[in-house]
Amino acid sequence: MRLIADNLACERNGREVFQGLSFSIPAGDYLELRGANGSGKSSLLRILAGLLPVAGGSLTLEGSDAGLPLNQCCHYSGHQDAVKSALTVRENMDFWATMYGGAAVEVALAEFSLEGLADHPAQILSAGQRRRLALTRLLLTPRPIWLLDEPATALDVTHQEKLVALAVSHLARGGMVVAATHGDWGLKPARQLLLGEA
Amino acid sequence: MNGFRAILVRDIRLSLRQAGGAGAALAFMLAFLVLIPLAIGPDQATLSLLAPGLLWISLLLAVLLTTDRMFQQDYEDGTLDLFNAVTLPLELNCLAKALTHWLTVGLPLALISPLLGVLLNLEASMIAPLMLAMVPGSLALSLLASIGGAVTAGLRRGGLLVPLLVLPLYVPVLIFGFSASSGEASSSSSSSAYLVLLAVTLIAFVVQPWASAAALRAYFQ
Amino acid sequence: MQVLANPHRFQIISRVVLPWLWSFTVVAFMLGLYLALGASPPDYQQGETVRIMYVHVPAAWMALFIYVVMALASAIALIFRHPLADAAAKTAAPLGAVFCFLALATGSIWGKPMWGTWWAWDARLTSMFVLMLLYLGYMAVWRAFDDPHRAAGLARVVALVGVINIPIVKFSVAWWNTLHQPASIIKMAGPAVDPSMLWPLLVMALAYTLLFLALHLTAIMTEIAARKTRARVLKSVGGT
Repeated sequence: MRLIADNLACERNGREVFQGLSFSIPAGDYLELRGANGSGKSSLLRILAGLLPVAGGSLTLEGSDAGLPLNQCCHYSGHQDAVKSALTVRENMDFWATMYGGAAVEVALAEFSLEGLADHPAQILSAGQRRRLALTRLLLTPRPIWLLDEPATALDVTHQEKLVALAVSHLARGGMVVAATHGDWGLKPARQLLLGEA
Repeated sequence: MNGFRAILVRDIRLSLRQAGGAGAALAFMLAFLVLIPLAIGPDQATLSLLAPGLLWISLLLAVLLTTDRMFQQDYEDGTLDLFNAVTLPLELNCLAKALTHWLTVGLPLALISPLLGVLLNLEASMIAPLMLAMVPGSLALSLLASIGGAVTAGLRRGGLLVPLLVLPLYVPVLIFGFSASSGEASSSSSSSAYLVLLAVTLIAFVVQPWASAAALRAYFQ
Repeated sequence: MQVLANPHRFQIISRVVLPWLWSFTVVAFMLGLYLALGASPPDYQQGETVRIMYVHVPAAWMALFIYVVMALASAIALIFRHPLADAAAKTAAPLGAVFCFLALATGSIWGKPMWGTWWAWDARLTSMFVLMLLYLGYMAVWRAFDDPHRAAGLARVVALVGVINIPIVKFSVAWWNTLHQPASIIKMAGPAVDPSMLWPLLVMALAYTLLFLALHLTAIMTEIAARKTRARVLKSVGGT
């Protein structure tokens, strides 16, 4: 499996954020996106997630099973948590498990040490716990590409290391990771892409 | 279909646990009904004459005023982004949202408001036709209002934009709904009005998923 | 179509076409007004007041026509992502709203001597009124969003849902009107289709259409210029 971007251009609010971007990510590789604010890191992730249309160039996923569209081959973890305060942790999880078609709720909760809070309303969670709950979605069902926007945000050291470990085993299984980050979060990139100054 | 049901269940749960659902709509309706005799006088004959139309308007407004936050929460907390990545098409997602609104607000109010007609001296014979017409009518109202909700999903100060967009769409529903519920002597016209009301509801059923999804996609950027 | 897609080329073509368009518009209006105010006969019932028809009826036609143009442009924007389609839709709306208001106002002025009332809830007036609301709603969507691209995406949907609603409203209001007979017999059959009255009507309709085209092209060019300015400002600010 390979994710190939050819001459990608991105437009946001009528302004061209970047153009002529090309890269190729084979299975098992981690591409790290670096760049100043506004350089298009988040926009590129959103393009890969299928949320933002491509303004130019092309994006192809070679070797995807059953020819699924790109947006269904990715797990996108953006700045927001998508956690409903009025539902319990388990209800939040079960909902996404059904939507994603996976069933690994217990495993996912355990990996991020949230089993104890499973039947509590999500309202009582701290920022870090909400972030962990958001990240459990990565484990609900296997998808080849992980798109992470600032993955280390709000996580304490333990859980940051946990996330890195999960990413490493995801890569070992032939998955791909693309993350936008300002600093080092513990995962060694196979390649880096600096966005911004042309 | 699992996904469809999951959204229905989730949104009904959210609606019951959070404020702004059926309770608020009912409270609004009662407040509105109180104001009517204050504005047009307490004369029983006048109230009785105007009661069916006024009940329709109160239903319409109650549905309208509870839909503007329909998609806002999902947009603001990032749920909408994730809805793009799941297998359930966004269109069905939107339909589920509108149906939830109908089940939690529209339908209960459609069943209650003819009974509230007693406040406006509604003739007893009118209660059944009114309820019968308001059931599909309220479905159309919820569906059309959710289009407005989708268009304003990302607007914090949506204000009067939703009513402005949705009220023109409500014109056919109100016309045929009112005709269908009036149970006049010309009963053939009220039953054909009922059929047209059902047709309008069906059209809303078809248009709403497409229109709401298209509006939400404009927010993905 | 593709030739016009390039905004720059569109501007060049428009600059050439516009002077001619304006000239034809003026000629059409001169001819139309001459026919309407002078050469055509007064109505045997209404006398000279029938002449308001020549201003009122074409305005109503334009109000409907422009909404269809707006919806078509929105559909093209939605399906083909044609760069000018959004501009065409956005700029058509105020023009359509003005024609709609003109139709309502002149209709009201015509109604007073003809029916004895400034307003009546008959089928056509009510439909026109709803059309006015549709225009206002559409324009409100553009204004509600700071980001014009987001506004464009939403405006397209609003225009298309509205266009579906227009025939439905016309039908339902006509139904409503036949159920609830108006108090006075309104002779909305309108004027006879006598050639002496038909020709002025058609010429005025042509004049209105040319006027709309000229104004619309001008407005689209203004919109393109505004976009360029905005893009330049954003770029100069650094875009961070």
